[in-house]
Amino acid sequence: MKAATEFETLPSREETQRGLVAIAMSGGVDSSTVAAVLQEQGRPIVGLTMQLWNQRRLPELQGEGPKQHRCCSLDDVYDARRVAQHLNFPHYVVNFEEQFEKRVVRPFVDQYLAGRTPIACTNCNTDVKFEPLLRMARQIGAERLATGHYARIRKNLETLRWELLRARDASKDQSYFLWGLSQEQLSRSDFPLGELTKEEVRALARRTNLPVAEKPESMELCFVPTGNYVQFIQAYSKDAGIPLTEAEGEIVTEDGAVVGHHNGVHNFTIGQRKGLGFSAGKPLYVLSIDTHSNRVVVGDDDALRTTTFEVNDVNWVSIDQPRAPIRATVKIRHKHEPAPAIVEALDEARARIIFDAPQRAITPGQGAVFYDVDRVLGGAWIR
Amino acid sequence: MNRVYLDYNATTPVDAEVLDAMLPYFSADFANASSIHTAGQRARAAVETAREQVAALIGAKPQEIVFTSGGTESDNHAVFGVISSQVAQPILAVDRLSRQQPPLHVITSTIEHEAVLNACQAAEKQGVGVTYLPVDRDGQVDPQAIRRAIRPETVLITVMHANNELGTVQPLEEIGRIASEHKIYFHTDAVQSGGKIPINVKTLNADLLSLSGHKLYAPKGVGALYIRSGTRLRQLLYGGHHQRGFRPGTENVAGIVGLGKAAEIARNSLASGAQRVSALRDQLERGLLEGIPQIRVNGSQAPRTPNTTNIRFAGIEGEALVIALDLKGLACSVGAACSSGAVEPSHVLTAIGLSQEEAKSSLRFSLGRHTTQSEIAFALEAIPAAVAQLRALSPTYQKAASRV
Repeated sequence: MKAATEFETLPSREETQRGLVAIAMSGGVDSSTVAAVLQEQGRPIVGLTMQLWNQRRLPELQGEGPKQHRCCSLDDVYDARRVAQHLNFPHYVVNFEEQFEKRVVRPFVDQYLAGRTPIACTNCNTDVKFEPLLRMARQIGAERLATGHYARIRKNLETLRWELLRARDASKDQSYFLWGLSQEQLSRSDFPLGELTKEEVRALARRTNLPVAEKPESMELCFVPTGNYVQFIQAYSKDAGIPLTEAEGEIVTEDGAVVGHHNGVHNFTIGQRKGLGFSAGKPLYVLSIDTHSNRVVVGDDDALRTTTFEVNDVNWVSIDQPRAPIRATVKIRHKHEPAPAIVEALDEARARIIFDAPQRAITPGQGAVFYDVDRVLGGAWIR
Repeated sequence: MNRVYLDYNATTPVDAEVLDAMLPYFSADFANASSIHTAGQRARAAVETAREQVAALIGAKPQEIVFTSGGTESDNHAVFGVISSQVAQPILAVDRLSRQQPPLHVITSTIEHEAVLNACQAAEKQGVGVTYLPVDRDGQVDPQAIRRAIRPETVLITVMHANNELGTVQPLEEIGRIASEHKIYFHTDAVQSGGKIPINVKTLNADLLSLSGHKLYAPKGVGALYIRSGTRLRQLLYGGHHQRGFRPGTENVAGIVGLGKAAEIARNSLASGAQRVSALRDQLERGLLEGIPQIRVNGSQAPRTPNTTNIRFAGIEGEALVIALDLKGLACSVGAACSSGAVEPSHVLTAIGLSQEEAKSSLRFSLGRHTTQSEIAFALEAIPAAVAQLRALSPTYQKAASRV
């Protein structure tokens, strides 16, 4: 992934502290509270809600109807509008369906079909929120874009780099999804919730009487309301005319012994144990997926643990590309506790990571993010 | 903030005189126009006066006017009313079935309002054949294409009078003539022309014509359908005896009175109003063409309603421009708003041959009765500034500009 920046100049410090701020509003409590926080700071604000995905498009995936809370639903758009009306600032719904499909949904499906396990949220941040949405914010006269992400940004006055840091509330930290941001994107972004805990955010929302103060959090991927990726991939592929190999394939052990059969590699992810469709004497896990031979390789838990792997599309965030290998803690999936490792830049786009101790299920398609304590040094896609 | 409204094609404010005429019918004269008593008779009289006023606007007889809930209902009533009056004839239906005749056929254009387009699509699902005729680069239907599209089983031609997005006016007299030569019913959606340009149902040869109140300074929620005497049209709704049982539902007396008054005002001020507004529209158009490089007026070669201009700004995301202008206090529109309020590319602009990109970079400015000289002056300051700001940050425009 290229951190695309279309702009040439970084804003001056003064520029970043005054003027209109656009807020990316999902209709949830976090981004709504951002509006309340900025307004209390006396900053002029405008809300933008992205229409990203038309839920009617794949009607077979409609769950229990309007009760479900999901991103891009009309309910959420109306919630964002209610917040804007409550706090009395301008708010607009903007259509990014085309960009979202091209840059997030389609790559997500393609990756799954290629036997990888993608993270759509990172692409959405790097290629939609902080790209066309940020550009639109600037076109309508806002210098900056504020979002409800739990992360922090600061300028290092020595290196003059914009640094990305974990949120103060470690349990809410979303820096893992933001490693793709360029210096330009960081320089124009505000994460006002980075210093707050979720409880403090809720309290703020209640104190300012936001109509969404008690709204439950959404956990699922916004365009897969049911949470069932396999079902989504099947429905989308059919709709988009992507040929789906549901051809039966083999499930094999590392030494090639056939132990079962499957109906398409997109049903599997590395480390998966359930749903293999057969029972062996001992617990077996998916070790790798080979789309060429249409094979899923399984093995025991030990075989799942590795130390060394390579990454692509490296984006160095808080530091320049290091000339020598560096020590860092590396996080390889959202729920992974960062583990000590050596990170060695191989060239501009690639790096090798060697964990001190083997880590379980290093999964192609996921992000690897390198931290120095709280600072995001950089990130990349696992090959 | 000083706010300038250049979106009169979306809706208009209720005229002060119209509001005054309506007010008594909310409380003092609230009675049901179908009631026998004196109060009811007063309401009935008001409704009938309004019917005369609306009829006068379009050169019709009062008994040819049916009040509806608005343009959408009028359009649906025309399309489904004609179709079902044909299939509702038991002899005909059996006949068609036994002789295996082809399905009924409707001719329309690709730039109709959704009220007509989606009604036609729904009719298609019920087995009706529909021909959607293309338009030229200025948004006009070729009457000869209509002639060629006619089949023995064609029962309805429906072509709008003025287009909501471009303002372009269709050659309806000729289309009407062709329809009547072939004894095919002719409907026109005149929602965007009513009160803006003269309408005469006789010279248009129209059998059916839709009007909407809120586009001509009456309130939302009231409209009318002109049905030429003798037209076979099945009713859409079933209920009481209101409006001869043909369009049941207790009359929206205040709304109908408003529509009548608005029609009367429009008729009296049509020529002078059109002249004033078109002068302002032309001034806006000229000012923009002179002040901003790489812009074009869409549909400029066809006759247009006096109040509408649709302008394409190369290299601009129209959605962003509308928002930027709104933040400066200028209201205008882009594309078609969907239920969330987000913008979808306009089917009208792609129908006149624009690419998706070009369609998305086009904005509509529609002026009205309350538009002033100083508002146009404000627009001529705000729009070029906003366009320059957007283009400075538009990768597509920068790329295109660097090639030049």
